[in-house]
Amino acid sequence: MWPDERIVRFVNEHFLPARVHVKEDPQAFKQYSERYNAPWTPTILELDANGVEHHRIEGFLPADELLAQLMLGRARMAFQQKQWAEAERRFREIVERLPNTDAAAEALYWAGVAPYKATGDPASLQETARAFGQRYRDSTWAKKASVWR
Amino acid sequence: MPINFRHDVDQAFKNAQSQNKGVLLDFSAAPM
Repeated sequence: MWPDERIVRFVNEHFLPARVHVKEDPQAFKQYSERYNAPWTPTILELDANGVEHHRIEGFLPADELLAQLMLGRARMAFQQKQWAEAERRFREIVERLPNTDAAAEALYWAGVAPYKATGDPASLQETARAFGQRYRDSTWAKKASVWR
Repeated sequence: MPINFRHDVDQAFKNAQSQNKGVLLDFSAAPM
């Protein structure tokens, strides 16, 4: 769903976008699909500048779901780089802006983990478990957070 | 405004380093 203005703005602001097309440039497609183990289309990888993969989106998604997944990948990038406060901000932004997407429950989970990683204080985990009592109760992420109660 | 997809992936990584950005790599079969 690339024509969506929000997605265009998000990608152009935060990424260097590159495309390998299976038919237009089969040699490049073969090279990079083998390097990143990505034999299916559409597949979108969010990588840091060193080529480390932080998030993978396989298959078509409608605009809101795709935008949420792209935001999730950028939040995961901050998390994996131990930028805890920035990661929490990015995860919470997904929950606030796109609360009805599949990514939102996962974002809520990690938004609770990030401050715990920063401080070691389990309060944010307990608070997150309580939040899952109010929303996304049937999600896998609510089940994962249930141990924090 | 469209997404300005680069087709030189290695160059995209070089530019990403200088611009402190990530790289979004799209494996596509969509009509061009």
